[in-house]
Amino acid sequence: MYRIRLHGRGGQGIKTASRILGTALFRAGFEVQDAPRYGAERRGAPIFAYVRADDKAICERGVIHRPDLVMVADDTLLDLTSANVLEGLSGSTALLINSNRSALHWCQRLQLPGPVTVLDGGAIGARAGRVPAGAVCVGAAARLLGVVSRQALLTAVAEELAGHGAAAVEASRQAVLQAYDQFSSEAGLVQRLQVAATPTAAAPPGWIELANEALPQAAATITAPATSRQVATGLWRTRRPQIDRQRCSRCGLCLNLCPEGCIDLDEDGFPVIDYRYCKGCLLCAAQCPRKAIRICEERAVQTEKPEGGES
Amino acid sequence: MTRILLTGNAAAAWGARLAAVDYVPAFPITPQTEIIETLAEWIDGGVMDSRLVTLESEHSMLTAAGAAAVTGVRVFTATSSQGLLYGMEMLYNLAGWRAPLVLVNVSRGLSAPITLEPDHNDVLAARDSGFLQIHCATCQEVLDNVLLAYRLAEDSRVRLPVIVNLDGFYLSFTREPVEIPDPVAVADFLPPFADLGQHFRGGQPSSQAVAVLGGGPYSYFRYQVHLAAEQAAAVYADLGRQFERHFGRLYQAVEAYRCDDAELVLVMIGSFATKAKVAVDRLREAGQKVGLVRPLLLRPFPVAELRRLLGQRKGVAVIDQNLSPGRGGILHAELAEALYGLAKGGPLLASFVGGLGGRDIAEEEFLQIVEVLSQAVQRGSAPPPRLLFTADELQQVRRLQDIAHGSREGDDAS
Repeated sequence: MYRIRLHGRGGQGIKTASRILGTALFRAGFEVQDAPRYGAERRGAPIFAYVRADDKAICERGVIHRPDLVMVADDTLLDLTSANVLEGLSGSTALLINSNRSALHWCQRLQLPGPVTVLDGGAIGARAGRVPAGAVCVGAAARLLGVVSRQALLTAVAEELAGHGAAAVEASRQAVLQAYDQFSSEAGLVQRLQVAATPTAAAPPGWIELANEALPQAAATITAPATSRQVATGLWRTRRPQIDRQRCSRCGLCLNLCPEGCIDLDEDGFPVIDYRYCKGCLLCAAQCPRKAIRICEERAVQTEKPEGGES
Repeated sequence: MTRILLTGNAAAAWGARLAAVDYVPAFPITPQTEIIETLAEWIDGGVMDSRLVTLESEHSMLTAAGAAAVTGVRVFTATSSQGLLYGMEMLYNLAGWRAPLVLVNVSRGLSAPITLEPDHNDVLAARDSGFLQIHCATCQEVLDNVLLAYRLAEDSRVRLPVIVNLDGFYLSFTREPVEIPDPVAVADFLPPFADLGQHFRGGQPSSQAVAVLGGGPYSYFRYQVHLAAEQAAAVYADLGRQFERHFGRLYQAVEAYRCDDAELVLVMIGSFATKAKVAVDRLREAGQKVGLVRPLLLRPFPVAELRRLLGQRKGVAVIDQNLSPGRGGILHAELAEALYGLAKGGPLLASFVGGLGGRDIAEEEFLQIVEVLSQAVQRGSAPPPRLLFTADELQQVRRLQDIAHGSREGDDAS
């Protein structure tokens, strides 16, 4: 069985990528199971999806903990412990990272036992016309499996993106194919994990007895104030609003419209964005009457200045 | 006949479409909403000839569903979790009205604390309403059992509403290959709705929900629901065979997997049961005589089948994805009652509660359950009930509690 996990951020087309891969494998004659994993929708927040493919009906269900291939559509997730991107990687797990840094860089940095490959999907996606990262990467992922033909992949793209119009299908086909062709020398890198845990080899699960505990511990209540401050929603941001103080008229509209309440005024009356919480919704930039809020790619800003404090 | 990848939600919608339902009262709730979105798109696009109406709550939705069904049209509706409970009053009413409709429930754990992921406490809360219940393990079963449910609900010996249940996330948002039956074959298997005298009309008024004062009449009518539900076991068996003749897939009230010579048997309902099959296969490879028994029908409860399939085993482990506080696993209690009074005392019965709120059950846990059962059989006494919960999970809860009560700062909790 192939077990594939796809990581990205909300909005990068990870669910669609899993469906393209699922349909392509199904077209290639496999039994397939694919599913996204998400809670409340959160654009920019870490999400993942998974695909299983086998020669016979698939009875396994749920999140894949021992993957054969992990695709990471956004390399900033590798810095985020809670995204759990590297869970269960073994010497036989192939890792595909969408990054403008080299495979050598990631090999040295991550020190993983399995093969690491890198796709500069940003460039491909931009050339094809703003194709989401997930859709670009899935072309490389399909090639790494070595069992998905060009035709099966293209059919899958057309099927899964049919609802998005002909232009989107064409752009994605181009991007997916480019990634697929670029990985021709890596075709078949992914190994199907043949050996599963045998009854004797499996470690016992470590169940424990629960004791009856007192309140407030035993009920799902939160007694500490303002715990939501600990949720650094700024980590979800892929694009960043920046105040241009030359153009800003200090009208304060952005401060009133910010749904996160993360814009404040400094002593001169200029708005200041708290990037620990700014999700990058860009409502402020869209509504600013003086167009005094610029939009920058988060990745570019972080390369210059890794610690994102206040502006 | 086409085989395509479908989510459990899409499979449920396909079932309604192929059943050519006339009326779909709807109210959105995660993880069910995709079902009514899919139907709305089809109706809007003209590929489905029926009427979809959004109501202001699940209570109204079920009232509309029941009222429509007794006018003599085929009705489909769907909900989940809190929605099912919000409409609970009407579940009993619809059964009492003998409204033969199909309700798809996408299982999700109940609040509080609130969650989105599945367990079976929602659908089991409807256990005593008079609705029949079919529990599915795959997306294919969802589609097929919506069709079977209409035959069952509309059968003159039954005439009761039916819940078809599927697990949130594990089926609702998971795509699997599903064979979509040929509409002509479906029309042959499932003829148009026959109202059998149930044709409530404005111009021909009748009372559908009358009061009876005094327990005698009430007992009579309520017991009629019970007798009809009991009939449904034989009817489902018959329909399953008919379905196989039409579509090549056999459905029975209880699925027995690798049980022929099994000494130890796992009992589960729903999609997690397919995970149990993986464990059974592995144990069989290692030479252990282990099988799986999975009831599809929970109402009526297939007592005779379960006694036949389980009565002679050495040990049975029930894995409940539900919890009745103060009692334990509901299926375990029902099964203990069903196996009571067997000539040779019946199998040793062990209770495991797992998968609450979508908590996964790992393969090694299935293996450990069988190990615990095997030791209990050798010892000759049942083990205490066991919650599937690990030290790592408790540590995770402790971290959350520390944040919740202010004794710790979170990590990069996103």
